[in-house]
Amino acid sequence: MINKIFFFYFSAVIVAMSLMAITRRNVMHGVLYMLLLFFHIAGLYLFLNAEFISAVQVIVYAGAIMVLFLFVIMLLNLREDILKKQFIGTWPMGLVASAGILMVLLLSMLTVKTGEKGFWGIAQIESVTQTVAIGTTLYTQYLFPFEVASLVLLVAIIGAIVLAKKRLK
Amino acid sequence: MTPDVLKFMETARYGIPQELWTILVIIVKIAVVLGAVMLHVAYATYFERKVIGRMQNRLGPMVVGPYGILQPIADGIKSFFKEDIIPSNADKPMFFMAPVLGLMAALSSLAVVPFFNGFVIANINIGLLFLFAMSSLAVYGVILGGWSSNSKYSFLGSLRASAQVISYEVPLGLSLVGVMIMAGSLNITEIVNAQSRYPGGMYIIAQWLGFFVFVISAIAETNRSPFDLPEAETELIAGFFTEYSGMRFALFFMAEYAGMIIMCSIAVLCFLGGWTIPPFVLKLLPFLAVVPGVVWFVMKLYVCIFFYYWIRATLPRYRYDQLMAIGWKVLIPLALVNIVITAIMKLLVHAK
Repeated sequence: MINKIFFFYFSAVIVAMSLMAITRRNVMHGVLYMLLLFFHIAGLYLFLNAEFISAVQVIVYAGAIMVLFLFVIMLLNLREDILKKQFIGTWPMGLVASAGILMVLLLSMLTVKTGEKGFWGIAQIESVTQTVAIGTTLYTQYLFPFEVASLVLLVAIIGAIVLAKKRLK
Repeated sequence: MTPDVLKFMETARYGIPQELWTILVIIVKIAVVLGAVMLHVAYATYFERKVIGRMQNRLGPMVVGPYGILQPIADGIKSFFKEDIIPSNADKPMFFMAPVLGLMAALSSLAVVPFFNGFVIANINIGLLFLFAMSSLAVYGVILGGWSSNSKYSFLGSLRASAQVISYEVPLGLSLVGVMIMAGSLNITEIVNAQSRYPGGMYIIAQWLGFFVFVISAIAETNRSPFDLPEAETELIAGFFTEYSGMRFALFFMAEYAGMIIMCSIAVLCFLGGWTIPPFVLKLLPFLAVVPGVVWFVMKLYVCIFFYYWIRATLPRYRYDQLMAIGWKVLIPLALVNIVITAIMKLLVHAK
């Protein structure tokens, strides 16, 4: 019962906050609603016994990525942008695309099947803490995908440096 | 003394149901911790003015009370009754929210800081990560305060703050990874207990490189001199809180000092052994065992806070490009080297 109340609270606030974030005229306010959204996602992770992911959610998204967003937004000339009637002209296209994605997701939800329970059940995770569980799985079983992901990020970093550097020799 | 208090909290219930008693104990703990820390915040300002005064061959505050001992209380009353000025073009909700957000982030970190064995509000498995999360949220107070004031000086201060805090969060986190590897846990109580099992008694002996990186990035993360560019008074008046006055200014002030105390307690808990003293010292001087753990913790904390003031009185402010160069080109590589060395050492010790 209490689980359902918590889940309902978190999911309702997440939906409400994402709507608020995209409808604010002031981008700064939109970003702050997104911050609240990230906190509720972290709460949802905590609710799923995933304490490590919930902490990382706050550190990475709220602590680093949103601060970078704020940094960029502060450099924009907001006070004049707010006076504009509309920011982008092609929003009906976006609406169609996102409605399509929503339909696909809803249809896939009808046929979703949960797989077999794996090794890491809740009791198993609680006995070693979730940080240890994630660490061991990521660095043994999923080492190769993990390394591929880090390589992709490395490529992105090098790309950013190449773009930012004014002249390469 | 301390185990008796803990046992009392566990057992004596006066017929109150268990759940209610647990909640009551938590509320009492929060009140005790908040009271103690706010008192320390108030007297940290007094201590700072005295220490820096002495270092500059002055007396520091001397007027209010004997040796100026009542100065923080007088300052508090003064800022409480001052006029609260709000710039007419400010973004008002955010202007009101910013100082509260900063102080909230600093004070919520206290929830996972153990002051002596077993005395912690929330003994969670991801204590250290929680501290990182809260220290990275503290910057929102600075950024939003500077942006919502709608003033050039505040704006420049908050721009500097956001870049500085993002840059120094990385070495701050990486410098503690060595401690995590050695202790094998993120729970702060566990880390302190692991240190008392370690022959040296303090991780600073093995993690001196990590400690060096941690100290510098902690000073930068709390925007203290010599990295106080966001509030550089010689160029930006007061940086991000130029437009704040009265109690709202005092909230920023309190957040800064509370953040300093949190950083010092992380240093004490992760590198200096927390409430324990090294076993070889205890073997040499066995009578020290009667001193309660909280005394050691507080003494180490005061030394760290004194260190902050010492640096502030000694070093001039860095230039902005120097600040970025130190963070990205010196501290992050050093922290990574420290992680690699620690991991190899741990592997060798385990292989034996």
